[in-house]
Amino acid sequence: MERIPILKMGDCLLVTIQVDMHDRLAMTLQDDLTTRVVETRARGVLIDISALDIVDSFIGRMLGYIAAMARVLDAKTVLVGMQPSVAITLVELGLELPGVNTALNVERGMELIKSAIADGSKPSRNGSGKRRA
Amino acid sequence: MGTTADHGLADTILQNEAELLPEWVRQQLASAGTRRDLMRDEELREQSSQFLKRFTRALKSGAPDDMMAEAWGETRALLEQVSSSRARQGFRPSETAMFIFSLRQPLFDLLRRENKNDTQRLTDDLMTMTSMLDKLGLYTIEVFQKGREEVIARQQQEMLELSTPVVQLWDGILALPLIGTLDSARTQTVMENLLEKIVETGSEVAILDITGVPTVDTLVAQHLMKAVAAARLMGAECIISGIRPQIAQTIVHLGVDLADVTTKASMADAIKHALQRNELMIVSTQKA
Repeated sequence: MERIPILKMGDCLLVTIQVDMHDRLAMTLQDDLTTRVVETRARGVLIDISALDIVDSFIGRMLGYIAAMARVLDAKTVLVGMQPSVAITLVELGLELPGVNTALNVERGMELIKSAIADGSKPSRNGSGKRRA
Repeated sequence: MGTTADHGLADTILQNEAELLPEWVRQQLASAGTRRDLMRDEELREQSSQFLKRFTRALKSGAPDDMMAEAWGETRALLEQVSSSRARQGFRPSETAMFIFSLRQPLFDLLRRENKNDTQRLTDDLMTMTSMLDKLGLYTIEVFQKGREEVIARQQQEMLELSTPVVQLWDGILALPLIGTLDSARTQTVMENLLEKIVETGSEVAILDITGVPTVDTLVAQHLMKAVAAARLMGAECIISGIRPQIAQTIVHLGVDLADVTTKASMADAIKHALQRNELMIVSTQKA
């Protein structure tokens, strides 16, 4: 069965969605990710959706749920690389994903997770990491 | 006025084209409405001669009362071409209509000369001619108006694009000075431009300056919030600046919730905040 790979990098999990999401795939990802977070005791989860250019309300909601679940398992979750068209669609659908941290790309997302883990506190709500000086 | 009379009229014009055409062109050039600065005399002569040819051909094929009939197709096509090109060149409506109406005098003279002894025919021909020229003239104006409307529509489109520039203030800082009323169509353009630019430049802060937005109602506020939410989803923070006292009052009275958004009174404050957020600062070069 088709699966989205979940890579472990230190104490972070990296999920890169490279294919079109369909409902079954999203459900599988939800199962896999929660299992992996518990297994590896990951402190951070980074979900890269830069290759995703079509979302519907279900996938949008699932992204929010997955982030929320990882947060419940005490892993800082950051959603990175959202395409402009996807962002517009989600806003128009009324899915503004409050409480989900966002970043422009994987690099910034990683910084954000690292600083959040180092602080031991949750990253700021607007999903913005401090830039390296 | 039967078909025979129109045949006669067409023939009269054809036989005397050699003198009618120069006379008509002379009339057009002499009238105050001709813009010799905008078009060359040869072009005018060419248009006039083309018109006479098509006009007489249409006359011969009948239907003098119905300008929309097929027989008038090529005459209409010519007029459309003349009118729309003049509309683009910046002619006034009256100057464009003069193309047809200036034919009246020479044609009138010609008919009077030709039908000196036949008052009945003269009257008939004049009636036919006048009504036709009126219709053609009105048609010219109509097409001219349409051409102008196209110009206006194009300008509106251009204004839409021009009025929403996204400026890069600094590395990682974008500014979006909004000017004019925000409606749904414009917000969409603004939002798309902003998000594209965020991806392109990798910026994490965007300043939406609403100094130039005359009024903020619930709809405008909602549009702004949408843009802010979309930018946040992509990982960028938005600052709304340029909030005038009047607008601050309106926003609160309307019950619009801007609690989740950073707001600043002026663009300068917003820039300061954005720089601080990116761990930058502006220092004076003057030694203390």
